[in-house]
Amino acid sequence: MEHILAGVEGFMYPNEVELQWSILIVLYPYLTGLVAGAFILASLERVFNVEAVKPTYRLALLTALSFMIVAPLPLQLHLGHPERSLEMMMTPHLTSAMAMFGFVYLWYLMVVLVLEIWLDYRKEIVLKARSTTGALRLVYKAMSLGVDNISEESLAIDHKVGTFLTIVGIPSAFLLHGYVGFIFGSIKANPWWSTPLMPIVFLFSAIVSGIATVMLIYMAITAVRGGKIDMRCVDTIARYLMYAFIVDFSLEMLDLIHRIYEADESFKSLDFMVHTRLYTSQVILQIVIGTLIPIGLLVMAQLVKLTDGARKGLYSLTGVLTLVGIFSMRWNVVIGGQLFSKSFLGYTTYKMGFATKEGLLPAIILMVLPFVILWVLVKLLPPWEEEAAAGPGEGI
Amino acid sequence: MSETKSNRREFLATGTQLVLLTGAAAVAWEHVMAGSPEKAPNYKTTEHWWAMTIDIEKCIGCGNCVRACKTENDVKEEFFRTWVERYHVEGTEMERPEVDSPNGGFDGFREKYKAGENSKNFFVPKLCNHCSHSPCTQVCPVGATFESPDGVVLADKTYCVGCRYCVQACPYGCRYIDPRTETVDKCSLCYHRITKGLTTACCETCPTGTRKLGDLKNPADPIHEFLQSHKVQVLKPQMATGSKLYYNGLDGSVR
Repeated sequence: MEHILAGVEGFMYPNEVELQWSILIVLYPYLTGLVAGAFILASLERVFNVEAVKPTYRLALLTALSFMIVAPLPLQLHLGHPERSLEMMMTPHLTSAMAMFGFVYLWYLMVVLVLEIWLDYRKEIVLKARSTTGALRLVYKAMSLGVDNISEESLAIDHKVGTFLTIVGIPSAFLLHGYVGFIFGSIKANPWWSTPLMPIVFLFSAIVSGIATVMLIYMAITAVRGGKIDMRCVDTIARYLMYAFIVDFSLEMLDLIHRIYEADESFKSLDFMVHTRLYTSQVILQIVIGTLIPIGLLVMAQLVKLTDGARKGLYSLTGVLTLVGIFSMRWNVVIGGQLFSKSFLGYTTYKMGFATKEGLLPAIILMVLPFVILWVLVKLLPPWEEEAAAGPGEGI
Repeated sequence: MSETKSNRREFLATGTQLVLLTGAAAVAWEHVMAGSPEKAPNYKTTEHWWAMTIDIEKCIGCGNCVRACKTENDVKEEFFRTWVERYHVEGTEMERPEVDSPNGGFDGFREKYKAGENSKNFFVPKLCNHCSHSPCTQVCPVGATFESPDGVVLADKTYCVGCRYCVQACPYGCRYIDPRTETVDKCSLCYHRITKGLTTACCETCPTGTRKLGDLKNPADPIHEFLQSHKVQVLKPQMATGSKLYYNGLDGSVR
């Protein structure tokens, strides 16, 4: 028993010592958050006519799709019986928030993302299917789904349907990530999770992380391609990032102040945890480095006149810090919510493995995978208008 | 002629008896081998509603219940379907009791506190509360864990996907994942015993009668008298889970 109790302080119920949800479950809300955020950014251009962010529209959609494809993998890997996972869709238990995941996921992936991307790229896909040869031609043929009508009228219909889908997509993106927040927020047994604010906090942090990711990817890819970063676009994205961040931070502070002021039976236990085991990840990484500093930098970019180069550096730093902050937030919710006893009398420790089923290595692989998928998608479907217009057959 | 008749009558009588007995034996054998109540027609799930009373003032912390449960249900060493906690409360420190449960109380408790000295000590046996509005069954994505018609919260190992959501949702820490099957495990209220008219292993072995299984649908069950004559309480009533573990003498410091 001694080895099991190592890292336990105070009293835990005997079955509580081992954590149930690992770093893989930290990745799950992180990945779905990036999807929802990237999509919201894409919809800015399409629905709200924010012309400045147009250069990132397609990139944001492809980024959302790449992360979306990977999002269920950590869950699948985490299950004790992954071979039974389809039962969640075949025989869903309707009172379970988790049982809805498959449906919400499929709706979002297939109906919103894939269809919108397909409609938006249909013309290029058909042109590529005509101009390429060999296996690549077959790939594009398959992607065109046998439809090769790219007349003006047909494309106009595509555009209309696409806009409609984006409008449907915004509440869907809200649903996707608000739902992930509900999975945690509806657990009344856990006071760290149980708050009706959880879905909305998850949602805004998702928007923040998605916008930051697309901004970073856009700057990195453009730099790698030797292109010129559209500063008007990046400035606009940074401004939206700042707005979303301020709302997100306000909501998180509201939650915190509410907890401190109410100081219910769980408060002493949670307060102690934040000042000890979660201090680095919550106070230092999430609040200071991952929220206050990036908001400060974004506000500075608005107030002080900086050169293009300085702004690029500032936005890159902000983007990285933001992603560190949001990852820490997910970590603090998922892992933090399991470090204290439901008796409020003790604490345990999360012992993360490395090359184990739910260790650090699979987590790293799962974080790299969306970028590999994005690379393939960008190769197949170049998100840059000028090259698409330059004619089929040209590389990216 | 009459002798032949008589022989025939005897033969028929014996034959009929044999056929009936064989049939009865076959039915009886089926009952003996019955794995589930559906196969035991003498047990009807709708005729029972199980609960348990726990009299804290009687518990001596011997750990018999924990040992019996482990043996009866093949519970893995580091996990517990039932366990016993020791509380030590000084003066008015209700919000900060000292609690321990070494090895879940499996080996009993070594003396740690002296009686008196402006403090109190007592033992609290714990197990699944078999809630009638159980938050754990609510969250199961496939319905592998469920409330049976006779009021027992059960888990189907052949259907559980091992997502651990129910473990998170239980406010009492009663669930765990059995590493041998990678599925959830918990107290089944010795369902294999109670459906055959026996009591649970923990109740059976409790030397002081602290724990008593009761059938709330049976008007003759002593549980009714116990509930009428004692000031009982459930654990964490604010969770509104419809717990069916009724504690007598439950101190406000217990959580």
